[in-house]
Amino acid sequence: MANHRVVGIDLGTTNSLVACMQGEKPVIIPGEDGANLLPSLVAVDGERGARIVVGNAARRYLIEAPGHAVYSVKRLMGRGIEDIAEELKLFPFRVAEDLAPGEVLRLRLGDHTFTPSEISAFILRQLKRNAERYFNAPVREAVITVPAYFNDAQRQATKDAGRIAGLEVLRLVNEPTAASLAYGLDQRKHGTIAVYDLGGGTFDISVLRLHDGIFEVIATNGDTHLGGDDIDNLLLTIALDDIRGSLGIDLRRYAGAVPALRRQLIDAKHALSAQDSVQLDLELPEERRYCRAITRAQFEQLIAPILQRTVGPCHQALRDAGLLLPQPPPPAEAEAGAAGRDGDAAWAPGPIDEVVLVGGSTRIPRVRRLVRELFGREPHCELNPDEVVALGAAVQANILSGGSPATQDMLLLDVTPLSLGIENLGGVVARIIHRNSTIPASATEYFTTGVDGQTNVAIHVVQGERELAKDCRSLARFDLQGIPPLPAGMARIEVKFLIDANGILHISAREQRSGKQAEIQVQPSYGLSSEQVESMVLASYEAAEEDFEQRLLIEARLEAETILRALQKGKAGAAWDRISPLERARIQEREQALRSAVKQDEFPAIRGATQELNQATLRLAEVMMDEAVASALKGKTMAAAAAEQAGEAPVAGHAFAKAEIESS
Amino acid sequence: MTAKFHAGPAIPVLPAGAAETMPCWSCGDMRAEHFCHSCGKVQPPAPADYFSFFGLPRQLDLDGAALEREMLALSRRLHPDRWARASVREQEWALEQSSLLNDAYRTLRDPVLRTEYLLRLEGIKAAQMSQQATEEARITGSKKQAAPPELLEEVFDLHEQLEEFRRAPAGAEPAGREGLEAARRNFEHKLDGITAEMKSCWREWDAYIARTAAGEAAPQPERLRLLRGLLDILNRHRYASHLLEEIAGALSG
Repeated sequence: MANHRVVGIDLGTTNSLVACMQGEKPVIIPGEDGANLLPSLVAVDGERGARIVVGNAARRYLIEAPGHAVYSVKRLMGRGIEDIAEELKLFPFRVAEDLAPGEVLRLRLGDHTFTPSEISAFILRQLKRNAERYFNAPVREAVITVPAYFNDAQRQATKDAGRIAGLEVLRLVNEPTAASLAYGLDQRKHGTIAVYDLGGGTFDISVLRLHDGIFEVIATNGDTHLGGDDIDNLLLTIALDDIRGSLGIDLRRYAGAVPALRRQLIDAKHALSAQDSVQLDLELPEERRYCRAITRAQFEQLIAPILQRTVGPCHQALRDAGLLLPQPPPPAEAEAGAAGRDGDAAWAPGPIDEVVLVGGSTRIPRVRRLVRELFGREPHCELNPDEVVALGAAVQANILSGGSPATQDMLLLDVTPLSLGIENLGGVVARIIHRNSTIPASATEYFTTGVDGQTNVAIHVVQGERELAKDCRSLARFDLQGIPPLPAGMARIEVKFLIDANGILHISAREQRSGKQAEIQVQPSYGLSSEQVESMVLASYEAAEEDFEQRLLIEARLEAETILRALQKGKAGAAWDRISPLERARIQEREQALRSAVKQDEFPAIRGATQELNQATLRLAEVMMDEAVASALKGKTMAAAAAEQAGEAPVAGHAFAKAEIESS
Repeated sequence: MTAKFHAGPAIPVLPAGAAETMPCWSCGDMRAEHFCHSCGKVQPPAPADYFSFFGLPRQLDLDGAALEREMLALSRRLHPDRWARASVREQEWALEQSSLLNDAYRTLRDPVLRTEYLLRLEGIKAAQMSQQATEEARITGSKKQAAPPELLEEVFDLHEQLEEFRRAPAGAEPAGREGLEAARRNFEHKLDGITAEMKSCWREWDAYIARTAAGEAAPQPERLRLLRGLLDILNRHRYASHLLEEIAGALSG
């Protein structure tokens, strides 16, 4: 099992995480910096030959080189250029200039253009590396989570991103369902659970029933363009107007000023979850300052319309689940509360046993109050809302790998969030699979030809709840070919629509009279063709090779720095005098060798010199250890000994530890 | 050529009599419906209708709780997640089996869908056509489906009420609203009555099936009469539901 590691990945709008099952519990795999969260930021450093920077390191590019960095790319996955016109007004996305109509979206980063799937793949690749470092073994399979309300194109784009990153995506899991898995692992065995998931860019509400380890989704709803980002954008718009109005400065004219203000506003937003008021203090161009206090009350008033947008989907999901009970209209004086009002009728929720909060935005106190009003229950907050989805994905990864005692009775039964339909004569949609149908789900429909000798039939498949195809989301056009030529209306083509466990549509077709399987050409409306994905996978493979070398070099440099620093500490301590002059001389010699190797900046040289120095300082390390602790710990390395002396515990997975393993 | 040549949904049933017992492909032992009783391996889906998928006779008065328990138990063993490490072939079978399971469960647990499905199984295509007619009526807003005679007058009144409500100026709403609420309660009551009738039609049909299974004579005229009765009650049920939807739609603005 050791080399069959399946990880769970939360590819989030704002932050991404990777997790794995450890014994009975899932754990988050930290990055090199020890942090559990990897910000979903990607930048291209043009100077170093198109080096890709992911995470916290990419943050400064947002301010210093805005044309080279991107955030919240999840908002663009599986969407077309027409869709994102609104996003472009609010986000600094730069679309490639040479984009042809109908082509998959590409963004410009520095001198390069990338599709959203490729950008997401950079983030996935970083998470993959973190996991490989943690296991000290290759990682090739993953479970990746998606918003429950993601449509087919958005799901496919996520799968493509996984492939480009070199991961086989065993399953796409809906985020609220994953969260309920993490929650259910050590809690209830039965009951009705509502999961309210408000993240950076997407909102999902799912109602589940738990039957002895089976998590059955009853209904799901949401908004794939609603999240913390909208709150940030609102604050930003207001602040920019305020600055222009009161100080006469249009910050948009100064490069880097808007991202800096945005960052401050986000910090202020976070602070207001714990404090009643916060002070903004921003340095402006022309030596001005923007000082302003924001109270929690003001903040809540500003964001009320945004939060109100979550009420409709919640009511719809409860209605679909049969859990929304009509109430008699309240007397004129009584206030039904924001949560009670939906259109005209007043509603109250039926019996819900647990409410789970997911996503960073649910830390906002106003959100918690709203959830309490909506579901008549105090929501659960014990699980970290930033981590719970990744933890659940790790549980699902474990189930798919064959399970373990902790998970052997667990199973996810999810649903498709949107109705699937075919466009018929007059542009009307014939619904063939209804929303909230448990998946896998299928439907079989018959088609025939209209013209003598016709050998092709085209089907336009859409997703959505509207009556007309043009108001729904176009999924793809399927061209059924190879139909034997027959008089018009004679052919009987049986088409099977299958939505798999990932929520992705597959089609097969057969002409019944001849029994011939039709070939199907798929033209996804918002996605990459399989050839395009293949070529991206190949390209990323080559990039991965370069990356790999870069990575080795970076790690070697880090190791060298660590041991040199530890050595300085050692020289200053009592242990230095306790070793023989011969040893001291040898250590100095090897130290010099390492320093010059670092200057040369070549991996093999640095590596070799580090190992030599390590060998030479083993005894010194022991002596330092004696000095620090009563019991002798043989074989401790310099770095660990220095750390002990300084009172820090040695960190597991430390770069240094690896050298130790390899040299023995 | 576009999908205007969409002929309609297929009746999800394959040729009867094909569900013979075949040996398990893995251990050679006698297979069960969906997985081998001996070695537990998933089997390719055998041709089946939704009733026989659950091992049920074609009877309409179902125990919903028992059906759910069976669905959950079968899901545990057939779901693709349970077969993620198996061969590609087994994974495909698991995918087909669980989609069949979910489709069957979805159809059988809803009283109306169940009844419709049975009628289609028994060859009554009229049910299918009237469902399409209702869909069209819903979309185009026209009232192609004829009202059941006993409801005719009330339906006429209701449509007048709805027209007035829709055209009323903003201030006049409350009175119209009250009237519609009253109409809604009235039709809900009627629907309850129709549902009760439907259940007794079910029991008649179930008794007929039981007699047939016991080997007693099964005269065709009786079978047709029962099926006609089911079709009729189904149409009335659908019509009343459609009216309630219209009212709900008008009330929620």
